[in-house]
Amino acid sequence: MALQTQHPVPGTPPAAAAVPRPKAHKFSALLHRSPNLRLAGLVTAPAGWLVLVYIAALAALLITAFWTVDTFTGKVSTEWTTENVVTVLTDPVYQRITLRTLWIAIAVTLIDLVLALPMAFFIAKVSSPRWQKLLVVAVLMPLWASYLVKAYAWRNVLADGGLLEWLGTPIGLESPGYGETAVILTLAYIWLPFMILPIYAGFDRVPDSLLEASGDLGAKPLTTMRLVMFPLLVPSIIAGTIFTFSLSLGDYITAQIVGGTTQMLGTVVYANVGAANNLPFAAAVSLVPIAIITLYLFIVRRSGALNSL
Amino acid sequence: MRLSRSAKVILGVVTALVFLFIYVPLLLVVVNSFNADRTFGWPPQGFTLEWWGRALDSTGVREAVVSSLWVAAVSTVISLVLGTLLALALLRYKFFGRDVISLLVILPIALPGIVTGIALNNMFTTILGVSLSMWTVVIAHATFCMVTVFNNVIARLRRMHAGLEEASADLGAGVFTTFRLVTFPQLRSALLAGGLLAFALSFDEIIVTTFTIGAGDTTLPIWILQNLFRPNQAPVVNVVAVVLIVVSIVPIWLAQRLSQDSVGIGGTRVKAAEG
Repeated sequence: MALQTQHPVPGTPPAAAAVPRPKAHKFSALLHRSPNLRLAGLVTAPAGWLVLVYIAALAALLITAFWTVDTFTGKVSTEWTTENVVTVLTDPVYQRITLRTLWIAIAVTLIDLVLALPMAFFIAKVSSPRWQKLLVVAVLMPLWASYLVKAYAWRNVLADGGLLEWLGTPIGLESPGYGETAVILTLAYIWLPFMILPIYAGFDRVPDSLLEASGDLGAKPLTTMRLVMFPLLVPSIIAGTIFTFSLSLGDYITAQIVGGTTQMLGTVVYANVGAANNLPFAAAVSLVPIAIITLYLFIVRRSGALNSL
Repeated sequence: MRLSRSAKVILGVVTALVFLFIYVPLLLVVVNSFNADRTFGWPPQGFTLEWWGRALDSTGVREAVVSSLWVAAVSTVISLVLGTLLALALLRYKFFGRDVISLLVILPIALPGIVTGIALNNMFTTILGVSLSMWTVVIAHATFCMVTVFNNVIARLRRMHAGLEEASADLGAGVFTTFRLVTFPQLRSALLAGGLLAFALSFDEIIVTTFTIGAGDTTLPIWILQNLFRPNQAPVVNVVAVVLIVVSIVPIWLAQRLSQDSVGIGGTRVKAAEG
């Protein structure tokens, strides 16, 4: 009986092969024959969109930074000048703002790193698989919740007579009020999930067997972390810092909501697009965060972090 | 590596505290939307539904909701099409410039919103001379929403057998038939997940929107920002904020359930569920 198998022997054509094929559409047949045409069909629209909308816009931004505004008409005049860029780089006011923005972005990144590392480790390596799933969702949900709402939530937390004051008073702490500290706290809050997720994914990719092997060979947990886990984790950590750093660098709405009079680079850009109506100057200011981020990406490129973005 | 019990407990406590840090401010907004006190002192002295009623009656809020939904829907459709095409091209073909394009698609969310915002604003107003409107917002949103669809689709494609498509072609199905009957059904839940994320991302985006929206138009986040500093609107702002939280969190939750691959930022693939 075993010989009377119902399954066709691999290699023999199935009986249904004789069924007449549907007439292939001419265009479809052409596509089938030419992989290049297929590729062109797939890639043209999205790549065209990204280049025409986004890259063109970034290029135009770079050019506009070297234009100026006609003081009488208030219109952009296409006369070349380096005045805007020079002002941004040399005026002490803008230097101070740049340094402050940089400091805020670094502080936010460090705070997030300190909070994210133990948490990501706990989720990936300590909690049970069931909890792991739940906790990841719990990190993800606020990530996508509105940026604006999160900044607004902190306005409430930090307010006079708000939650932080109520919590802090019994232990002798007071709310920092609206200002630079509030901006750092709020931005660290907003971007925290962006740090936790890549680091969690990094921890998750480290095989348990590697850690066990290290333990079996006599390494203490801290040694294992330093010598086995950390080197494997570097790209994930850098991926996380790219987000927190870059996103903080361009912020202005948080500064507007909880920053009091704190000015960041974004604040200057926004003021010049809107009230001051000096788009070329705004463009020149916005080149600063772009340059800093590009530099940062260039430095970390070798670490392989860009692949784990 | 064996962690001691106390180390595990300490890590657990730290994790719990960070979760408190993440959720308490959001919960505070929800509680305050029912807070009877107009200045939102803590703890609340009493609760009321008055602000919810006022928010529902406000035509400004209603119009803003409608335009936000419209912008999010149109941008989602555009990013679904573009993101899927791009994912298919990048995963199935090797070509010159492939790496550049895969970096390009992340750029709009990796660069700060203000850069994307001012770049597009400058292009529309200075270079092209187009006046800003809801359509310019849609173009901007589609540009950075594309990446969520792209990520979900490419993650799914990686797990799919290209052999199935080859078999379909060998059996005589045309390129489009194969896509419709073989590729698309396998992509469906990834598309839904990516689309939901794109929708949520667009629905509550504020920075790029501020730079690309026309003078008379309002989306919900813009409405919040305009009314944030008006003391007599504060209670209604709380209600709208709660609506924003819910509208963005529900799609995420759904996307998470639908997608076995990942829901993440950029390409941060986070293993979502094993079952």
